[in-house]
Amino acid sequence: MTTSALDGIIQNVTKLREQSRDYIQGFKSWVQLDSSTLSPGRQLAVKYFIVAVILFFAQILFGLLAATQFIFPGFLYEILDFSVNRMVHINAMVVWMLYGFIGCVYWLLEDESGTEIVGLKLGNLAFWVLTGAVTLVVLVYLLVQIGPGKDSSLWFINEGREYIEAPRWADIGIVVVMLIFFYNVAATFSKGKWSGIAGVLTLDLVALAGLYVAGMFYMTNITHEQYWWWWVIHLWVEATWEVLVGVIMAWSLMKLLGVRRKIVETWLYIEVALMFGSGILGLGHHYFWIGTPEYWLTIGGFFSALEPIPLVAMVVHAVYDSGAHSFKTGNHPALAWIIAQAFGNFFGAGVWGFMHTLPQINLFTHGTQWSASHGHLAFFGAYATINIAFFYLAIQHWRGDVWMAGGSQNAWRWKWALGLLNAGVLGMTIALLIAGYEQSFIERAVEGSTWGGYFSAQNHPSFQNAMNWRLFFGAVTAAGFVLLVWDLLTIGKTETRKADVIAEH
Amino acid sequence: MSETPLWASESFWKKTAIWVTAGSFVILVVLTMDSLSQTSAGGKRVQAYSVINKKIDYQFKKDLNKFMPVIGEDEFLFGKQLTEEEARQLVDLGKKTTQSKNCMNCHTLLGNGAYYAPDLTKAWLDKGWISKDTRENMMINFLMDPEKNARTFGSNRKMPDLNITEQEAKGIVAFLKWMSSIDTNGFPYNFTTLEGED
Repeated sequence: MTTSALDGIIQNVTKLREQSRDYIQGFKSWVQLDSSTLSPGRQLAVKYFIVAVILFFAQILFGLLAATQFIFPGFLYEILDFSVNRMVHINAMVVWMLYGFIGCVYWLLEDESGTEIVGLKLGNLAFWVLTGAVTLVVLVYLLVQIGPGKDSSLWFINEGREYIEAPRWADIGIVVVMLIFFYNVAATFSKGKWSGIAGVLTLDLVALAGLYVAGMFYMTNITHEQYWWWWVIHLWVEATWEVLVGVIMAWSLMKLLGVRRKIVETWLYIEVALMFGSGILGLGHHYFWIGTPEYWLTIGGFFSALEPIPLVAMVVHAVYDSGAHSFKTGNHPALAWIIAQAFGNFFGAGVWGFMHTLPQINLFTHGTQWSASHGHLAFFGAYATINIAFFYLAIQHWRGDVWMAGGSQNAWRWKWALGLLNAGVLGMTIALLIAGYEQSFIERAVEGSTWGGYFSAQNHPSFQNAMNWRLFFGAVTAAGFVLLVWDLLTIGKTETRKADVIAEH
Repeated sequence: MSETPLWASESFWKKTAIWVTAGSFVILVVLTMDSLSQTSAGGKRVQAYSVINKKIDYQFKKDLNKFMPVIGEDEFLFGKQLTEEEARQLVDLGKKTTQSKNCMNCHTLLGNGAYYAPDLTKAWLDKGWISKDTRENMMINFLMDPEKNARTFGSNRKMPDLNITEQEAKGIVAFLKWMSSIDTNGFPYNFTTLEGED
């Protein structure tokens, strides 16, 4: 290569760098957010929130691609196959929610413990390690996709296990990062002060990190493998995550509505008792059909039928507190999303879960679009909503605790974002439910679950129509997401009125 | 002011939360130990890997009111009898291949996975392979060149070419045959097997 060509490349790179620096500068002066006004712990939290939102976008994007493939199977065939899109769709979801939770905890940690975060440097390092690892894993998913049937594929490309596909090297990294996170939480509370919220949070994080290890082994025996795999997925999503959300919700309610600490903490204990009391053995509903003994039909059916109870309690709690405090809050979008969480969690996780959790029904619905319907409403209702509520809490503080209300300038943005996101996810849920009913009926009950039966159901007009509606509502969700991001970046920018300080009452 | 009643007391609920959680977890651990021992390969529920040397069927049992796997006489896979260790290795290769090819993000296995392609739990027994004589070859050809041997059932959904080698394909077939012998408590229901057509 001649030196002049090299010079040309260097010039181009420099130009590109300058251009991107200009864009970033322009963006910064447009959003007018200065992170130096935040405490160090909250600066770290914001980093997690930013990555969470980016991954939320990836979740929606790859969901749309996969949804399109249901309608046009040739779309991106052998470029980005359904398996790849669907994997990135669900992995981005799991990881953005975890990023959101970690961000929430770092945000409330200093306030709750009354002291500075002990291992802040370590926390920052862990953030960059985790983010680098996530980027690398996603790039390998997209560019390498699959490997030969050897251990090396499982270690470096993909473990091929739904939700926890991340290769083994990344598993180890995730555990290390979670341990650093756990250390920061436990050590900070130890240095500052403990509280009921602090205790529940710390113990929950032990369980969260410990359970992940159960999913890190390869086994030839698929019954054993799926047995442990559910330990991770179920005990995360239907137990430890729910409790983590309870903690975040408890702290948020004190800040948003000024609910007394004694009340939220008592409620938190009740919820832990109900959640773990039903959720731990509710794990049995995943052990109906994977080769495990018959007693799981009884145990799983019974305890998972109880799983909605804590979610009902949470609705009662949210509605009662909002009423008792006359909806008086300085942050209307956050409260609106908290209410969306209470109902979304109850309907998505509770009602939609209960509908097909009894073995007599699950025999026909297991492995159909019923699960997809339940999954969409439950993950959104229980976890996306609380993260979004917290984003509003954070941005309000970041803007200097300004008034954020239904009557504010440009309030239409958060209202429409709330409406579009909820309507979009609910629309997808109903479309998938219709597809699930049709599949259970035609594929399972009538045609006896053969491949022929599977495709009769897939080719049926009511299934095809449902898939069209799902894509349409997916687009509605995407529109809501765009509006949400725009709103989060601009809300309160020109607001000068301070929000009322909500005292405990 | 009167004393706080028990049902509204923080410490009561704290203790309840701890005891309920610990109690549930202990029960789960005990059940886990029992379940794992009942489902190790070679037991009644999950067959030894050498079951791939046998004929496997899935039939409705009136006395139990559910579908059960039925293990029959010798029926070697690819015409060769394997020892338990050889069978384990072949099934293991198949299982590992299904993971490294990410099968689970289109298919379901034991009903778990994604819903873009059919369930693989009883794939070995499916009528789609037409007859016992054609089954093994059809499966191998399909796995190695799914585009040319596409089985779309009128859906236009085609499995992509996953660079599966012949040995890996044999492993997958062995894994599917072994998996079809697992006692899944009657899931899937009402399944008519290829054997049932005879």
